[in-house]
Amino acid sequence: MKLQGKAHCFGADVNTDYIISGKYKFKTLDMKELACHVMEDLDPDFATRVQPGDLVIAGRNFGCGSSREQAPLALLNAGVGAVLAPSFARIFYRNAINTGLPVVECDTSGISAGDELLVDLENGVLRNLTRKAETPIKPLPAFMLKVLGDGGLAAHFRKYGTFNID
Amino acid sequence: MGKTIAEKILSRKSGQDAYTNDLVVATLDFRMGQDGTSPLAIRAFEEMGGQQVSNPEQAALVIDHSAPSPIEGVSALHHLMRAFAKEQQMICYDIGEGVCHQLMPEKGHVGPGDLVIGADSHTCTYGALNAFATGVGSTDLAAGLISGQMWFKVPESIKFVCNGLLPAGVYSKDLILFLIGQVTADGATYMAAEYTGEAIDALSVDARFTIANMAIEMGAKAGLMEADDKVWAWVREHRALSGDRSFEAVSPDRDAVYARVLEYDAGKLEPQVAKPHRVDNVSPIGEVAGTPIQQAVLGTCTNGRIEDLRIAAGILRGRRVHPEVRLIVAPASRRILLEAMDEGIIQDLVKAGAALVTPGCGPCVGTHNGIPADGENVISTANRNFKGRMANNKAFIYLASPATVAASALTGAITDPREYVK
Repeated sequence: MKLQGKAHCFGADVNTDYIISGKYKFKTLDMKELACHVMEDLDPDFATRVQPGDLVIAGRNFGCGSSREQAPLALLNAGVGAVLAPSFARIFYRNAINTGLPVVECDTSGISAGDELLVDLENGVLRNLTRKAETPIKPLPAFMLKVLGDGGLAAHFRKYGTFNID
Repeated sequence: MGKTIAEKILSRKSGQDAYTNDLVVATLDFRMGQDGTSPLAIRAFEEMGGQQVSNPEQAALVIDHSAPSPIEGVSALHHLMRAFAKEQQMICYDIGEGVCHQLMPEKGHVGPGDLVIGADSHTCTYGALNAFATGVGSTDLAAGLISGQMWFKVPESIKFVCNGLLPAGVYSKDLILFLIGQVTADGATYMAAEYTGEAIDALSVDARFTIANMAIEMGAKAGLMEADDKVWAWVREHRALSGDRSFEAVSPDRDAVYARVLEYDAGKLEPQVAKPHRVDNVSPIGEVAGTPIQQAVLGTCTNGRIEDLRIAAGILRGRRVHPEVRLIVAPASRRILLEAMDEGIIQDLVKAGAALVTPGCGPCVGTHNGIPADGENVISTANRNFKGRMANNKAFIYLASPATVAASALTGAITDPREYVK
């Protein structure tokens, strides 16, 4: 899987309340509506600026806080192609894979907003096309790669009827 | 090789001799969803081709985050939950019954040695009863409802040894805020936290829930404690719905391997406050004392239990909340509300000027029940103070113990409760 897009940069400890506020997420199952408010408390214009396939770049502990799956779903529905961060909070990480949003653990310190990036998940490398730099990425555990490849956990379950971890 | 509590529970529930970093599929003792996460789980259940919830008596939906419904959109989602629970013959705790993390242990659904998932990050609360309980998202919950199982990567563990006894006016909330400040918001990410030591042993089970509840605020997957006589007494008192299910507590082996072991002296601790907008932005109360506040919140899955209400009432009884402060009280469950009424605590709080709201999550997550105005400061017994958490990103949230919240509500500024607790 290869993903290419423009970088949008955020800091460390971006929590799920910032990704999608509780005041919106309890009201609806319409993820397109939630996508209009994604990252609103950190960057009110993000939802209008983000283009399909763009990449969210962050510092460590991305997605800390609540278990709301609306967080990866709002990012996906806003068009975000993947999130890149040095580390992720555990529940967000699982939710992202389960819903089909690629999450990439790597050093993001050299990336600036607007950089054109190419993520090569199979070969475990991030190419910064703007800066002509390469960074290794931490490979996803085999089972999670399988779930992501299936299109998320719902599709995985439809296919196997259970967790196929072997 | 010895095992931690997490390794032991995940071994037993998966039937594998599991150690840190092993991937296991384990059988769940209970599964829970709330009104912010269950609607998506129901959708995922359908997408997965789910027909029946396995062992529906070991699953519950709770309507607590936005309850009673403040708007039509929420009403529709609540309706969806009620209909699904009815169709699947699952328990649905409806409005007014309480916060999911109080109800799961209080109704006897969870006990020592159990393995539990909940579609809410504070599911780690039940670790105070020696259960490996962890928060998951909606799709994981749906998979758990269908299969009765979940996959886990066995986490490494971080051990907090809390020596000494908490001084008067200093509570378990102060201790967990202090620990989070020490290790920071991702200090235990992907790990199970174990809390032990004299200070933990001395706490009531109510007070221990507060500590386990906030394990997620240091990134932990679970916040575990051993089951002692107090836990067994608590479980016996609350085992109404667990029926004949037997619980088997686990203790860590002496030679268990920990990622880190951290020791602290609880005897020297002062009241702590987490300042905006981070839970790990913690300081002793002296640094923030005098900060004016406009709203005070007593309740939530962190501190809405009977002991918390007693502590606050002890400070507020016969006094009046500051005229420029709104004090909002949300008991964590109907049972707690009734107990507090029996003890006269509700009368004390309401006479002191408190506004009482429905047992449930109260204003914690910004859905209803007291959204602050721009520029306002809130002091709360909740577990999160992120910007916008209470639905206004121009408000400021301070987290503290019930005693600190009560004392601050009286004076109109953040106040050291030790002046009121003799």
